[in-house]
Amino acid sequence: MSIKEIQIPAFLKRTFNGRNVAISIPYLWLLLLFLFPFVIVLKISLAQPVIAMPPYTPLFSWGDSLWPKIQAGLDSYLFLFSDSLYIKAYLSSIKIATISTVLTLIIGYAIAYSIARAPTRWRGILLMLVILPFWTSFLIRVYAWIGILKTEGLLNLALMTLGVIEKPLIIMNTDLAVYIGIVYSYLPFMILPLYANLEKMDMNLLEAAADLGCRPFKTFWTVTIPLSLPGILAGCFLVFIPVIGEFVIPDLLGGTKTLMIGKVLWGEFFYNRDWPVASAVAIIMLLLLIVPIILYQKSQEKAIS
Amino acid sequence: MTRFSKFNVSAIIIGFTFLYLPIILLILFSFNESRLVTVWAGFSTKWYVELMQNQGIKDAAWVTFKVAFISSSVATFLGTIAGLVMTRFGKFRGRTLFSGMIYAPMVMPEVILGLSTLLTFITLAIDRGVLTVTLAHITFSMCYVSVIIQSRMSSYDDSINEAALDLGCTPFRTFLLITFPIILPAVVSGWLLSFTMSLDDLVIASFTSGPGSTTLPMKIYSMVRLGVTPEINAVSTILVGLVTAGVITASLIGKRQRQQLAQS
Repeated sequence: MSIKEIQIPAFLKRTFNGRNVAISIPYLWLLLLFLFPFVIVLKISLAQPVIAMPPYTPLFSWGDSLWPKIQAGLDSYLFLFSDSLYIKAYLSSIKIATISTVLTLIIGYAIAYSIARAPTRWRGILLMLVILPFWTSFLIRVYAWIGILKTEGLLNLALMTLGVIEKPLIIMNTDLAVYIGIVYSYLPFMILPLYANLEKMDMNLLEAAADLGCRPFKTFWTVTIPLSLPGILAGCFLVFIPVIGEFVIPDLLGGTKTLMIGKVLWGEFFYNRDWPVASAVAIIMLLLLIVPIILYQKSQEKAIS
Repeated sequence: MTRFSKFNVSAIIIGFTFLYLPIILLILFSFNESRLVTVWAGFSTKWYVELMQNQGIKDAAWVTFKVAFISSSVATFLGTIAGLVMTRFGKFRGRTLFSGMIYAPMVMPEVILGLSTLLTFITLAIDRGVLTVTLAHITFSMCYVSVIIQSRMSSYDDSINEAALDLGCTPFRTFLLITFPIILPAVVSGWLLSFTMSLDDLVIASFTSGPGSTTLPMKIYSMVRLGVTPEINAVSTILVGLVTAGVITASLIGKRQRQQLAQS
């Protein structure tokens, strides 16, 4: 009997048609390795830490009774809210992310706006020059700043040689170094959506404003900025959301006083080995970010369709 | 009104100096004779020679390359399907969730992705190693590939597919013979992006790797924590050089294809 003769039931044919198989392959992958992990994190955040492998208690235990004993507790969360370190770290992350998003927006806007105004034949190459550093390693780009910013680093050397300052500036291991690192690393994420928006802008509108006697500065505020709002929003989300959980930049450029929640999570996991608390930190961070993430997703879907 | 003003020129010059000066200085000091990164003591390639003798770095580079190659290939496959599903499959049950799962990993802080993926591997009793890092990299890379494919498909001319279908071509053959060759440049750039992102990743790899699967960024990170040395500058220079060459090649290929397309 050849394979062709085997009768495939109709409902199986309907379920396993090409379309459904194509949908289910990436769908199942993301369910298993992106969504399901959050359920696990939530579960472990409700467990107790123990010195074992894995270092947390199981949520259900059978013991003697017929019904499983549920051992879930909010201990880790209560701990987060009782120790001011965690709340301070969340607030400090929001502050650092907000300030650096604004700084990145101002600098990124100036660059994106200027590229969009450049002669057409230059735009491609200028845009590629913005993207190129984005492809090179994040870690390497952050590392490059250590040699520049440290007390005996290149910036202080240059400024002292030029006679601008007499004593070296202390920038390394301060919040300022973190801001510089964030703006530098995330600038391409801001420039790209802004440029995509500014490049499409209808120049006739700007000319109309000028013809009607609007001054260039006022035209910029009342016409250009409102029209580029979708680009501004996309860029700000792309910077703000990941910066909240940033680890590498505050760890390498920031000091001991630089509090950021990503660094706290890393410490809880790798140094304290307190998995339930690390999971609770992640869950609270996620709750903080869920609204910006949904807004970002909606804006992206609209932009593509 | 639309002229290129002095402000524009200076914004571009200052902006690009800011973007490139740190990388240029990093490359420059990899050729420094002195161990001190700030004092120029003459040209030397001795840090590269030293690098070649560092077995730890060579092992880490090999692990990183393996992970990047496999993860970017699988991610391109999955991401291309996901991108097509999002743009050409119309409505289906769970589409909103699917779209959420594609966009969220791109902005989700890496510490959360790393922690959650690791805890999943431990729950499923999968040993940490090259496999777990690769699986984690596939998951976030496929989302980027999918978005690249989606934006390519948004300017895709549907009538050519309809023509093929009208002439009796099956949907799958239409995809292989018509759609795939047309979107190939987007597929290739998706692969390249996945490859470099896997090459770059420190945080997710630190969570999901086990003994014997230390990647190059993890190795560099542990060296950086001990201080700035010209050896790190040398390994960074090699990576920057490789990535730059790759990106320029890819963009030249893309340009040539666009020109061919414009001629035909």
